[in-house]
Amino acid sequence: MTNVGDSDRLLGLLTEGREEFTGQWVRSVTSTLAGRLPAAEVQQDLHELYPALLDALRSGGLATRDESYGEVRSLLTELSRNRARQGFSPTETAFSVLSLKDVLEPALTAGEDVRAYLQLARVLDDLGLYTIEVHAKTREEIISAQAEQLLELSTPVVKLWEGVVGVPLVGTLDSARTQVVMEKLLQSLLDLNATHAIVDITGVPAVDTQVAQHLLKTVVAARMMGAECVISGIRPQIAQTIVALGIEFGDITTKATLADALRHALDRIEARGPVEIGGLL
Amino acid sequence: MSERVPILKIGDVLLVSIQFDLEDQMVMDLQEDLSQRIVDTGAHGVVIDISALEIVDSFVGRMLASTAAISRVLGAETVVVGMRPAVAMTLVELGLSLGGVRTALNLEQGIGELRRSRRNGPVPR
Repeated sequence: MTNVGDSDRLLGLLTEGREEFTGQWVRSVTSTLAGRLPAAEVQQDLHELYPALLDALRSGGLATRDESYGEVRSLLTELSRNRARQGFSPTETAFSVLSLKDVLEPALTAGEDVRAYLQLARVLDDLGLYTIEVHAKTREEIISAQAEQLLELSTPVVKLWEGVVGVPLVGTLDSARTQVVMEKLLQSLLDLNATHAIVDITGVPAVDTQVAQHLLKTVVAARMMGAECVISGIRPQIAQTIVALGIEFGDITTKATLADALRHALDRIEARGPVEIGGLL
Repeated sequence: MSERVPILKIGDVLLVSIQFDLEDQMVMDLQEDLSQRIVDTGAHGVVIDISALEIVDSFVGRMLASTAAISRVLGAETVVVGMRPAVAMTLVELGLSLGGVRTALNLEQGIGELRRSRRNGPVPR
């Protein structure tokens, strides 16, 4: 700390105007959030933050990386996390801290306290940046958790009939998902002793060459295991896109609806008849 | 003297169960033995069981295709059975599709398939 006098006066002012500053601060933050967060919650957050900040300034001075700011940091972490989860932007989150500068400006720049104000401003800038950092980190966590959930949710394999399994695909196919779908499909072919598989793409929003490539891979893998594979759920627009893009499904059977595909599979099973091996022996 | 893959006869079907990773010489021996057995027994079908194989590379893939082709020339249909999911996925990633080789989930299905195709000609895909 370079100037003990400045810091003391600053602390004095902040402690003295405590009620007034906090009130203004709460009003300022509430108005920027435009009623999207209850005033009571803002009030509670800031009423905890303000004394913590005072304590930190008193014991740790201006070194925001110091241990004495631990309390402030943990409060800010919680605040940013909540804001990120509630869908507030980074600016709105950081403003919760930075608006304290606006509140303090008239009171602190009136006399000879400009220097103290600038020092405090630096502290608040640091804390503001910290909230943005936490905000961004929280958003990333949310996104990766959602991606994981999606992967789990969107790849069920269901038994449709004796010897027939279905895979209703929902969402765009990328290589990671193709891998998961393929793995589950092939394993269930084995487990259920299924000779027919139906891949239903009703829930796939668009089929481009990439997606078609992944579908083909899945079908070819199922074939190599010894199962027949039918692609169903091709909507009219998708059929047009497939032809326009020149995608070749080769000798893979495709059907418009899952019902058609199931009928096709059942017909095939009937045509084959039961597996007889007794006569060979 | 390298090991040889056993070829078992069940009715008019020959069963080849591959239990370990194959080397070039073993593949040559197998193809030689198999064609001889087909001629000797007049078998109409060959089942190659690869359920014990954890790794199937392009070499084994080519071996399966050429064995199937040899058998076909001698009048016997070949079915490859018991491919593991992981193996199928690896082959697809390698860009191999085992075109021209018929496959079935397991030995039972494979023999059933051969029997059907003998009765009413090959089942069209």
